[in-house]
Amino acid sequence: MEFGWYSVWEGGWIGAILRGSAVTVAVGVASMVIGLVIGTICGLVKWREIAGLSQIVDLYTSVIRGVPELLIIYLLFFGSVEFVTSIARAFGFTGLADAGYAFVITVAAISAISGAYSTEVIRGALAAIPKGHIEAAVALGLPSRRIFVRIIAPQMIRIAFPGINNVWQTTIKDTALVSVVGLQELMRTASIGAGSTRSPLIFYSIAAVVYLLITLTSQIGFNKVEATLSARKGA
Amino acid sequence: MELVQLAVPVLFKGLWMTLSLTVLSVVIGFSLGLLLAIMRGSDRRAISGFARYYSIAFRGTPLLVQIFLIYYGLGQIGFIRSSPILWWVVSEGSRCAVLALALNTAAYTSEILRGGIASVPAGLIEAARACGMSRAMVFRRIAFPLAIRQALPAYGNELVLMVKGTSLASTITVLEITGYAKRLMSQTYAIFEVFAIAGVIYLVLNLALIGGVRLVERRMMRHTRPAKERTFAERPQVA
Repeated sequence: MEFGWYSVWEGGWIGAILRGSAVTVAVGVASMVIGLVIGTICGLVKWREIAGLSQIVDLYTSVIRGVPELLIIYLLFFGSVEFVTSIARAFGFTGLADAGYAFVITVAAISAISGAYSTEVIRGALAAIPKGHIEAAVALGLPSRRIFVRIIAPQMIRIAFPGINNVWQTTIKDTALVSVVGLQELMRTASIGAGSTRSPLIFYSIAAVVYLLITLTSQIGFNKVEATLSARKGA
Repeated sequence: MELVQLAVPVLFKGLWMTLSLTVLSVVIGFSLGLLLAIMRGSDRRAISGFARYYSIAFRGTPLLVQIFLIYYGLGQIGFIRSSPILWWVVSEGSRCAVLALALNTAAYTSEILRGGIASVPAGLIEAARACGMSRAMVFRRIAFPLAIRQALPAYGNELVLMVKGTSLASTITVLEITGYAKRLMSQTYAIFEVFAIAGVIYLVLNLALIGGVRLVERRMMRHTRPAKERTFAERPQVA
């Protein structure tokens, strides 16, 4: 055991873990941003009950929320590797399985997942906006874009915020799943370290602590923003 | 069609494992979660603090990390190696998965139940105490039934998350639906088809689960519906 801690320091694993953590945060933030864009569009579609599109969004959210994340990641990874390499080969590229490619597919997979959960949160927030506000804005003759920017969006953001916080927490934890398909993020780095130093207890404990630090610090940040948002409502 | 004939029986073999993992870990996890929720309400700082930090630790880290820590990490500790019972648990993938899933869902369940318990009006508890019920009896007869009624929809979501969580057992050599699906994907290269079949199994499983929870919820909320809408069994039986 004493040897284990020594080898973490000596083997340069601290730097590797920090790099992995940076990748984890980058994947998390990128996926969350794209997921929010998906969620806002799909949430609006569901709220307005646009015929046809609304059913497609329903299918998307129920499939993603009902099927394990790991299975979705396998589908996107194994499914795309074949597809992308065949395209790349047509253009004369080989050896595409580099870091950039893994990153893109990872973000695509995690965004699809966080997008589905965001859709539900945003749809719920839109449904909670009092109808009278929108009717009043229409009666005043505001153009629909200004109704969205002035009336709908500010309330939607405030009501959806706690739910979005939850989605972010699950998103950052979901990024650990992509370690099984090879992106060198925090979890993957911990696995490599655990394998090569034969001290999995230490490496997975470090990973757990880093994840905890990420979730707890972002929780504090979210709480601050939430307090500001609800304070503004009172003013 | 040939693929369906090949894949469906294999994936159904995995379904059995998925179900066993879910049921075992939900039963253990619910009991632990209930215990933790009660501990949270304790006046002793050490007891409520333990429950609080337990919940923060398990909800703040990915389930995959917890599974790997238990499967790969715990076997390194000397006293676990020397204790036959602990070693029995840790030495095999599916038992590790049940342990990790149960500990994980206990944390979420404790939060859900705590919310339910907090929603019970204080007057009801006071009234029950005034009637001379012991604290345990108040909990059993008044607080718990009301709390569970409040907590049920959220607990239904947690059950779905548990079914999905069992897929992570495939990363520690347990062959359940996702494990078999991954194997089939690499054997047949029919990635989308295998995904679709496995996905449908999970969806049906989760829909059935949600339907079951709704039925229980309906039964628990039967007092809120007019008498003529209730089924015969749901009506109060007048002696």
